[in-house]
Amino acid sequence: MFYREAGVFKTSYAADMALMPLPNTRWAVVALAVLFIGITPAFADEYTLSILNLILIAVVGAIGLNILVGYTDQVSIGHGAFMSVGAYTAAHLITKLHAPFWVSVPAGGLMAAAIGTVVGIPSLRIKGLYLAIATLAAQLIIEWTINHVPWVSGGTQSTIQVGPPSVFGTKLTNAWQMYLFLMFFVILALVGTQNLIRSRIGRAFIAIRDQDIAAEIIGINIFRYKLWAFAISSFYAGVTGVLYTYYLGIANYEQFQLDVSINFLAMVIIGGLGSTLGPVFGAIFVTLLPIVTRRVLESAGGLFFSASDLSAVIPSLRLAIFGGLIIFFLVMEPEGLNRLWRNIRNYFRVWPFSY
Amino acid sequence: MRHLTAGTLALAGFVVGGLWFAGGADAQQKEILIGSQCDRTGPTQLVGTIFCPAVQDYVNLVNSKGGVDGYKVVINELDNNYQVPPAIEEYERHKQQGIVSTLIWGTPQAEALNPRLEKDRIPGTSPGFGSAAAANGAKYPYLFPLAATYWSQGAAGIEFVKDKLGGSLKGKKIAYLYYDNPAGVEPLPILKELQQNEGFELRTFAVPPPGVEMSAQILDIAQRYRPDFVLAHLFGRAPSVMLKGLKSSGYPLSKVLGFVWASSEADIAAAGGWGVAQGYHTMQFVGVGDDYPVIQDIKAMYQKAGKPSPKEMETSVYYNRGIQDAAVHIEALRNALKVTGGKPPTGEDMKKGFEMIKNFTLEGLLPPMEVTPADHEGGGWVQIFQVKGDKMVKETEWFRGYRDLVLKSVNAAS
Repeated sequence: MFYREAGVFKTSYAADMALMPLPNTRWAVVALAVLFIGITPAFADEYTLSILNLILIAVVGAIGLNILVGYTDQVSIGHGAFMSVGAYTAAHLITKLHAPFWVSVPAGGLMAAAIGTVVGIPSLRIKGLYLAIATLAAQLIIEWTINHVPWVSGGTQSTIQVGPPSVFGTKLTNAWQMYLFLMFFVILALVGTQNLIRSRIGRAFIAIRDQDIAAEIIGINIFRYKLWAFAISSFYAGVTGVLYTYYLGIANYEQFQLDVSINFLAMVIIGGLGSTLGPVFGAIFVTLLPIVTRRVLESAGGLFFSASDLSAVIPSLRLAIFGGLIIFFLVMEPEGLNRLWRNIRNYFRVWPFSY
Repeated sequence: MRHLTAGTLALAGFVVGGLWFAGGADAQQKEILIGSQCDRTGPTQLVGTIFCPAVQDYVNLVNSKGGVDGYKVVINELDNNYQVPPAIEEYERHKQQGIVSTLIWGTPQAEALNPRLEKDRIPGTSPGFGSAAAANGAKYPYLFPLAATYWSQGAAGIEFVKDKLGGSLKGKKIAYLYYDNPAGVEPLPILKELQQNEGFELRTFAVPPPGVEMSAQILDIAQRYRPDFVLAHLFGRAPSVMLKGLKSSGYPLSKVLGFVWASSEADIAAAGGWGVAQGYHTMQFVGVGDDYPVIQDIKAMYQKAGKPSPKEMETSVYYNRGIQDAAVHIEALRNALKVTGGKPPTGEDMKKGFEMIKNFTLEGLLPPMEVTPADHEGGGWVQIFQVKGDKMVKETEWFRGYRDLVLKSVNAAS
């Protein structure tokens, strides 16, 4: 389109290792940063920001799950529970020790990573569906523990109230402040993952995913790296849980149940396994789709249904459309939305020529 | 294919975008907007599909009689699927549309919305949902349970059992069969304290979610423990499984009291019909049946429009609770308009309106609630209905048990 990359003219290691080798990538990132950090919080209304905030939180969790599922090919349907581990750890630190966010967020992540590592131990022996069931057990055990140990849950209703985080002495109470706060963690997660997969650890993950026996033969300690994958992925999940806690103002395990784990798996699969951008697309898609379908049904549904039926029809139809669209996108592009985006990009890359 | 893909996506984007903005226009003058969240498709759909149409019916009834002081009331319902993130999104949407109060759906949702309600000064009602501590209006200024909390239910349950067993519980055996989640565990502290005071024996039987398998607990109760009374605090499909199980193991259902979410006609139907559940006691925070003027008014409204009565009325337990939730909002609005002198009320006015609710029973459908700034529960009244023949028959008047103990716990809760 506006540029053609031609050949490799790198003369230094620094240039070779650059995160964004092409100048126009850098410009695109700068433009996106201005749009999402400068313009959006200033002009978007509170409702739009509340949707964006939910998306941002989902993005962190989806990126984390993708490290495990997409890059290392280990399944986990216990991520909802890891989020609750992060949430309760942070909630206790905040309410009992008045921990600031820069303590509670990593602490929640680390606690989830510790539990996730333990859950990941069976991954050396079992794979695929069997591993999925093992992680499902973790989900149920953690839920049960929180429900039955008041010391963890903070009382019979298992709810701990938490104040808003404060940054440089300012309490973040507005939607746009929260937006920027969450955006900070999304950027950390994105840059962190992008760098992680280029590192020794990330390449080991990919080797294990592609062929674990071959990976073992070339000297990768499979057990260690599988546990690393579980730990890092659970760390992200724990951070997601803490962000949820800050955003909602409460920690409550009932919002991290099995359907949440499944939802995050859906995000990763719809977005595209094994890419950094995929989970971002997936999180946007899964969060936004029900909202958009409802909005469309509200304005177009009046043509087909009476107004009194509409409130009963919309929720059911919305679920059907949600499921249908997921199937549609997966059939159209089994490798996910990220592949779809790459196809479009590749088309415009050589545009107006065909190759 | 590639061209097609990009083109289709772009077209879809335009269509969706156009419809999005087309859907944005609403709100007229002389309208009061009240938000309502519901669950017609998620885990609590058994309740939602009955409850939410009732809310609409009641509001239509009010509007058909000229609204509230000339204002038309609009209830805007959104379905949160019993999940927290959609509940947040929907609340923000409602807020943007300018609601003055909202009907909350779900316990975790009530907890998650509470900080927002307080910040935005918009009162929300959560009858039968949420934590019992929310009865404390000083600590939860914008959350109104407005129905007996699980603590009040536990206390009232013991009071009823005491009455049934001849006025003393000393040495009696009571079994507490409960759904093993936070809501199920919540009445336990009250029950344990009453056990000390009244000197009865209490044994608890937990049913793990999703509550469809409890044969071990049923056998334990019916064959081994043989209690003098069973308190059943179950949700969803679990009550019907319990009724069927206790019936087939020969334990008399006239010695079983179901708490408020184990007490609808739907549960009895799912257990195998009225014949199975004879004698079963059910606890209610809203009256049961259609023998109330307001229900007859709604039937008349449907008749006038040439339509049959809504089929939701067959499950009158949930239908009437929907009426209650809508009615308290309308009553609060009426009170708020008195405060503002006819000007459109704000959320704060609505809060005052809720706190002025008194002597508002819709001729016996609702308990004699008295909401105050300190007591957002409205007194914690319940009524017991017993299954006799093919309907539920009123067994007691509105009552409450051990109010001092409940209030002490509410005030002690953080």
